Parts: sequence; structure tokens; C-alpha cells
Amino acid sequence: MATFIKDIGFPRFLMSLLLIVILVTAIVVGIPIGMVLTDLVQRVGMYGVIVLAMVPSIQSGTGPNFAVTIGIVLGLLAATTAIEFNLVGMWAFLFAIAMALPLSIIVGLLYGKLLNACKGAEMTISTYTGFSIVQLMCIAWIVIPFNSQIMRWPIGKGLKTTFTLESTIYKVLDNFLYFKIGEVEIPTGLLLFFFAACLLVYAFTQSKMGTAIQLGGMNNKFAVASGVDIDRGRLVANVISTYLGAVGIIVYSQSFGFIQLYTAPLMMAFPAVAAVLIGGATASRAKVSHVIIGVILFQGVLTSSMPVLNEIIPFGSVAEISRMVIQNGIILYALTKVDGGQ
Amino acid sequence: MADITKSKNKTSIKSILTKNVVTLIFVFLTVAGIMLSELPVFYLVSEMMTRISRNTFLVLSLIIPITAGIGLNFGIIVGAMAGQIALIIALYFGWTGLGGLLLACLVATPIAIFFGYLTGLLFNNTKGQEMIAGLIVGFFANGIYQFLLLIVIGGIIPVKKVPMIKPDGVGLRNTIALDTNFGEVGLKYAFDNVFKVNLFHFFIIIGAVIIIYSLFRLFYSGENQKIQREKTKKTYIFYMILALILIGFSTLIMNSSTGGFLFTGTNSSAIQSLEMLQSIEVPIFTLFLVFLIAVFNIVIMKTKLGQDFKSIGLSQHIARVSGINVDRTRIIAVIMSTVLAAWGQIIFLQNVGTMNTYGSHMQVGLFAVAAILIGGATVKSANIGHGILGIILFHAVFIVSPTAGKQLFGDAQLGEYFRAFVVYGVIGVSLALHAWKNRKGLEELGK
Repeated sequence: MATFIKDIGFPRFLMSLLLIVILVTAIVVGIPIGMVLTDLVQRVGMYGVIVLAMVPSIQSGTGPNFAVTIGIVLGLLAATTAIEFNLVGMWAFLFAIAMALPLSIIVGLLYGKLLNACKGAEMTISTYTGFSIVQLMCIAWIVIPFNSQIMRWPIGKGLKTTFTLESTIYKVLDNFLYFKIGEVEIPTGLLLFFFAACLLVYAFTQSKMGTAIQLGGMNNKFAVASGVDIDRGRLVANVISTYLGAVGIIVYSQSFGFIQLYTAPLMMAFPAVAAVLIGGATASRAKVSHVIIGVILFQGVLTSSMPVLNEIIPFGSVAEISRMVIQNGIILYALTKVDGGQ
Repeated sequence: MADITKSKNKTSIKSILTKNVVTLIFVFLTVAGIMLSELPVFYLVSEMMTRISRNTFLVLSLIIPITAGIGLNFGIIVGAMAGQIALIIALYFGWTGLGGLLLACLVATPIAIFFGYLTGLLFNNTKGQEMIAGLIVGFFANGIYQFLLLIVIGGIIPVKKVPMIKPDGVGLRNTIALDTNFGEVGLKYAFDNVFKVNLFHFFIIIGAVIIIYSLFRLFYSGENQKIQREKTKKTYIFYMILALILIGFSTLIMNSSTGGFLFTGTNSSAIQSLEMLQSIEVPIFTLFLVFLIAVFNIVIMKTKLGQDFKSIGLSQHIARVSGINVDRTRIIAVIMSTVLAAWGQIIFLQNVGTMNTYGSHMQVGLFAVAAILIGGATVKSANIGHGILGIILFHAVFIVSPTAGKQLFGDAQLGEYFRAFVVYGVIGVSLALHAWKNRKGLEELGK
């Protein structure tokens, strides 16, 4: 038993157990299981791409990308630009993910250079870089000269904190080839997009560049000896990670139905980091499969525990509290497994 | 010879600039902000006085872990939670006034020791990553804290109906007032109101103390420091001159007839502002507590324990070889920091007067760390001077930035976002600079 737990990893074991317990309780308590599954499937697709952003950065040795918020604000910038140009539907979505690419390359390179300059303390530095960029973008959302009626405050300056995507990109992916199995709704396009992204990242990790990046991340000395340019690998990995963050938030927003600006992205990196760790990744090793398993387990526990917990403990926001404890507990557990700086 | 000294001077100026780049940027921001915001002098001075007296304690709680090589303890949030739990207990049992607040400090101590012990254990298991671990442990503990205060209280432990419990009897309200407690005087200002002195009287006293101290050191300095004596002599004379200027300035302002002369082109608003300036009072008892903690920080470094902190901070490996129990000493350092943070939060909240039950503690680590970094501290070294200078600069920018933002862009919100950007940015930049210098140093060693 102990070796079994060790093999699949403690967080993965714990969360699987939790998910099973919650689902069984849900059936016992009498919560419509179809609704829970619908929610689960949708949220896996929603959060998946942002979690995927953790893979390149972990593989390159910079640790979980706590600054994925940089990618997120770039994605928001691209999405708002699409709306400003009065684009709707699939075109708006495609324009947004296309525009996010050059932005991510420029910013990702700068961010990667910063991380290369301060090896060894990447996690703390990336966290605070992410925080400060979100605050800087708060200023941008006020002064940005966009005129779209959807986004601007009717009176006053700047863009709204939250605005609906009803008339633009709401569910453009979700409704693509959408169907129902019994009670469970399947947002086919959303899932297809997520799995396609996973496949692309997987293909990249198998490529020559991807292998070199992993080599650099795993063992610096060996990589240097075999002629791998570690710094360049870290730059490329962080550009990809930033871009995945940008695409991730666009996918998330179209499914969610709203775009949230200003300080909303501030804490978005932490659930994504927790998800990939739950899937079996560590701060120095990650695979695409960890993303898929992690996002299913983490979102599964969160979505299914909410109705169950509210049924059992009717007062207080137990679901939100348990999310905080699980998410941060998992990250702390992963940190204890990082090799010490000594 | 002359050339050598010249080049030496040049490099030293450059190194001073690069070493203190964060502090210098903040000096610039402060000056620019004050000029832009055009806030009344009275408002600035009184706000600064309040903020210095209520925040310094928290910031000084960061020094011991930095010396012990743990880095910036973002985990002081956990200490702040302990302080708030103690305040809630105090309010629940209706303790009031100075005694009530001291009792709250007493109650906070074992809670903070326990929290600090756990945090210390965690830090020992995440060596090299203490700062990010400290940040995350704050979020984690916040979950447990909310569970305790929202669900356990009233949900599991039965409580009597007091105003701070939510109407349905389960959990605590979002905001808890500290100023009233069953109709009696509450805990608000319980420390501040013990003993207050006029600001300029306070300056005169401070000046006098500095002069007496300097004179004492000038005439009774140790015999064995003859080499350094010439230098110290100049320093103390410089201190005395500064103190005299302070006293002179304060006396001028205190005297309303001569004070008016300072505001040339006197109109009624200037005179009014002068009168308000004269009425600012300083909470001596709170400042005395800050003074005690500063002395504690200095004294502890002279003990065996303090020397252990220092040697661990320099190199854990060498410390271990020379027989220091590294893990145990690190835990002690974290416990001390956590307990001080708990007391610091109590001091902070007794001045603010209302407790945001689920929010007051969350920014504590961020603001304290930003302040001490702005004052010139690094991940490896910090002293009381860094803390105090940092508090002054940080809060000056804090006070002026919304108004400066409004004057500059016509929007106060912009100034607030800018301020938040700067707070996070300062931490990011300081840590990055430190890591970069470390790496450069290692590379040079390698060569």
C-alpha cells in the first residue's frame, strides 16, 4: 500500500480518494449527478489550458510558472482588442488567440531574461513579477483608449471590471458540436481545443528542442556538457508558457461568459499550479498527462464538493474554505519536496 | 596616491547608488508625490505620525529571520492571525482598556508560539524556498483561520450572543469594532491613549536625549577604541548639531508668533494649519513599545542565541560543523518573529479601531516586507534603521499617491493602482537584484 501511494504520488492519491468519497456522498445525499458531471466536464475544459502552461516552465527548470498571470493579462488584452474591433463569434476568438502570440513572444522573452538573470529564486520572483504586472495592467485598463460600448463604463473612465461576452464570443467553443448524453452536457469544441493543445505541447516536448529543454531543466551540468544552451531553452519555455496562459484565459472567458479585468487575475496562478501538482507533477518534473489528471481531480473535487458540502454544512462558505486549504496545502507539500538550496 | 583615492571615491559613490537604488527611487517618489499632491502639511505630518507608531512594530518583527538566513518572513501573516484571535477572545470576554489589551497580548503569545513552531518546521522542510513557502503558508493558514472563525465558532463550539457574532449565531461578522464593548470603553487606542505628548515637545525631548547621549559617548568612550575614536567623535558632533537644529525648529513652531514667521505671506489658512500642527499629539506609550522591541533586537544579537542566528545566516554548513543545532535555532527565529508579529498586529488594530475579521491580516506580510526592502534591507541583511526609514518612505508614498494620481491624471484610482504596482514591484525587483548579485558573485568566484 505504501509503495502504491509512493508510486502514484501522495497528492494524486489523496485527491482521488477525496473525489470518490465526495461522489459517493453526492449519490447518497441525492444530488443530481448529471449536473455535477456537466459542471466537471465544462470546468476541465475551462481551466485546462492555463494548467497546461505549467508544463513548459517546470520542464525548463524555472519551476511552476507563478507568473502565468502575465500571460493571462496579455490574453485579456487580446480579447478586449478583438471586441474593440467589433469582431464576433469564432472570428473574434481566433483573432484574440492570434494577437496574443506576438504579445506573448515579446513579453515572454523579457520575462525569461529576468528569470535567467536570477536563477535559484525563480518562484518567489515570478510570483511578485506576476502580481506587479497585474497591477500595472490595472492602470492600463483605465487609460486604454477603447470605445466599445460593451466594455466602457457608461460614465467615468476606463473599462468595466466585469463585462458580458453574450454578444461576442460567449461559448463559441462550447457550442461547437455540442451534444448531450442523458443528463450530461458535453461541450465538444472546448474539450477538443483542450486536447489539441495538450497534443501540441506533448509533440513539442518530444521534439529536439523540447528534449533539450527538459535536459537543461533536469540536470544543469550534464546538459552543459552535452552542449545544450540552457538559457535559450528557458527563454523558449517561458514564451510558450506565457502564450498558453494567454490562450487559456481566452478559452476560460468564452466558456465563463464574462471577462474580468483589473485585480481579478491576481490569484489565478495558484489554482493552476495546484492542479498540475495534484496530477503528479513536482516543482521540477511535469508531463502533459499530469495536467489532464490534475485538472480532472482538482476541478472534480471542487465542483462536486460544493453542492455536497452545502448540503451537509449549511452555513459559511465551506466549499471556498476547503478550496483554499486544498490548493495551498498541495503547493506547500510540493515545496517540501524541492531540493534545498544548500 | 591621489589617483587611487579618487577612483576609490568614484566606485564608492557608484556602489552606494546601486546598493540603494530602491531606497533612492522611493525618496524620489516621496518628494515628487508630496509636491504633486499638494496635501496640507498638517494632514501629512499627523498621518505619518499615526502610521509610524502603528506599523513599525510589525516591520521590526522581520529582522530576526533575515539575520538567521531565512529571508523575508512572509509568514508573519500567521502571527497576525494569532494576534487577531487573541483580540477576538478579549472582546468576547469583555476585557477592556489597557489591562484588557495587555491580557490580549498575553493570550496571543502561546498561540503565536504554536503557529511559529509549525511555520518553522515547514521552513526547515523547504530550505531554499522559505519565501514562497511563507507566502503560501499565509494563504493556507487563512483557510484554516476562516474555517475556525466562520464555522467552528457557533457551529461546533456554542457561543453566547455578542455583537460580533453574526445574527444567525454561527461565525463572526466581517468587521468588528474595537471601540465599544458592552457599552464600556473598548480596546481602541488602549495603548495610544496611555500617555500622549505634543509632537514638538516630543521632538525637543528626542533632541535633548540625543545630545546627552552624544556628550556621554564623547567624554566616556571606551579606551580600547582609540583608532576609531576620531571618526566617532565627528559622528557624534554631527548628531548633536542635527539634534540642535531639531530643537530649534520645534521651538520656533511651538511659539505661535515666531511660527507664523515660517509661513511667509501668512494668510488665514496657513495660520490655521500652523495651529493644527501644534495640536498633533504623539502616542508615547506605543512608541515606547516600539523602542523596547528595537532594543530587544539589538540585545538579542549580543547573546549566544543571536550569535547563532548570525552564523546560521552566514552559512548553515559552517554553523552545523561548529556545533550549532541549525534546525532548532531556525525554529526559534521563526517563533520570535511570529510572536512579535502577533503583538504588532494588536498594536496596529488598537490604533485602527476596527478589525476586518477576514482581511486585516492578509496585507500585513506584503506591506511589512515592502517597507523594510524600501528602507534598504536585503534578503540577507536588515537592521532597525532600514525598518524605520522604510516605514517613513513607504507610508509617505502610500498617503500621497491617490491625491497625486488625481492631480496628475484626474483619477485617484490610478494612484492607488500605481501604489499597488510599486509595492509588488519593489519586492520583485529587490529579490531579483539580490539573486542576480548572488549569481554574479558565484560566477566570479568560479573564475
